[in-house]
Amino acid sequence: MVTENGMTPRPSLRIERATPAAVAAEGLARRFGRRWVLRGIDLTVEAGQIVALTGRNGSGKTTLLRLVASVLRPTRGTVSVFGFDTRREGAEVRPLVGLLGHSAGLYDDLTAGENLVFAQRMAGRRADGALISAVLDRVGLAPFEFERVRGFSAGMRRRLGLARLLLRPPRLLLLDEPYASFDEDGIDVVNAFATEIRAQGGAVLLSTHDLSRAALVLDRRLHIVDGQIVESSELRGPTLAGGRA
Amino acid sequence: MNAELTRIGAIVWKDLTAERRTKANFNAVVFLAGLILLLFGFAIGTEQASMQPIAGGVIWLTVLFSGTLSFNRSYEQELENGALEMLLLYPGDRRSLFVGKLLANLLFVLLVEVVMLPTAALLYNLPIWTFLAPLSVVLLLGTIGFVTLGTFYAAMASRLRAREVMLPLLLFPMLVPLLVGAVQATGGILNGDIMGSTWWWVRFLFVFDVIFFVAALFAFEYVIED
Repeated sequence: MVTENGMTPRPSLRIERATPAAVAAEGLARRFGRRWVLRGIDLTVEAGQIVALTGRNGSGKTTLLRLVASVLRPTRGTVSVFGFDTRREGAEVRPLVGLLGHSAGLYDDLTAGENLVFAQRMAGRRADGALISAVLDRVGLAPFEFERVRGFSAGMRRRLGLARLLLRPPRLLLLDEPYASFDEDGIDVVNAFATEIRAQGGAVLLSTHDLSRAALVLDRRLHIVDGQIVESSELRGPTLAGGRA
Repeated sequence: MNAELTRIGAIVWKDLTAERRTKANFNAVVFLAGLILLLFGFAIGTEQASMQPIAGGVIWLTVLFSGTLSFNRSYEQELENGALEMLLLYPGDRRSLFVGKLLANLLFVLLVEVVMLPTAALLYNLPIWTFLAPLSVVLLLGTIGFVTLGTFYAAMASRLRAREVMLPLLLFPMLVPLLVGAVQATGGILNGDIMGSTWWWVRFLFVFDVIFFVAALFAFEYVIED
């Protein structure tokens, strides 16, 4: 549970497999060109936790989320998700993870509904029209099911990205600035989804500049400066209200 | 296996649906192909005697130059809204992404050829209708090899900054053996030599396709990750 760099006890592989943490990173580092964006992150997120990453722009929050999601390869160190190494066991990691990034990863020339049909089929399932309608309704996009995404606002795109995650709720939910572009209703949907994942024994790792939005749901906060975790604090949601990163 | 087929089908459906709605890529590629054929005509002359011996080369260079445009576009739409990252996050075998992209690109380039070939026949007075069946086999085999390498190198170039420039620089040298084989086979057929050396080149194209398809399939995961 201790998360500062160099202070995390390193359990053996056998113990990790028996009681795997949702996220376990050891000495995680990533370089882009000559610039080290992450400089040796030791991190543990237990199942049943919602953890916020805070820090200034460029501190490495997004890179950390992408490494955990297995869409980036670490330059050094390791990261595992529920006991599966993201580098060697990516195929096992991917079904467990859902990511809502800065860009929602949608196709402009498909309709909202078609984007979700594509997501279902890419998950290896048949398209389920009733489920698609239900998740679009939950994120407030039901009236736009048959409209092309090209005309959507930034907030609508984020909602549709969230709807895609609702189709197949992951065990580990990764949210990059989840409150950006959302109105109050959207923020409520995000927080409700995060608490559902936690209640089901999953975990949520989110990056944010605005802790007040996440205040009611957070369990822990990790502060990143220049690619290193410099502060870890246990939180109990309501006491944080109004606080900022 | 069924899940992987579903994924492959999803990518083909998505790419072709997006293309059908915009037609931007298809129109541009067909226009470029027509333009290249015309320019060759101006440069070489359209008399049958001067054109027939090099018709195979003209056809395949036109396919190469115009088809390369479509490969860039194929990954551009994945990069536009961060969709490539989402694609990489879906469960299942990432080789399905490659096969799906390959099939979508193959259908696209074959469709371009359906328009381009009669245009070439018209411009250069080529006897394509007489040799349609063997010519189709060579076109299909050559296009499969071309699209396999094009899809693979476009995935690699999608991770690079100057991807539009890098794709031809990476792709064209690798296509030299395919180009030689396809040009020889096409030229042989158009000159009426179907059973001679042409058959050897057809078998060469088949072997090329198999080798590079298998190699690209297994290397794809390493080039598509960041």
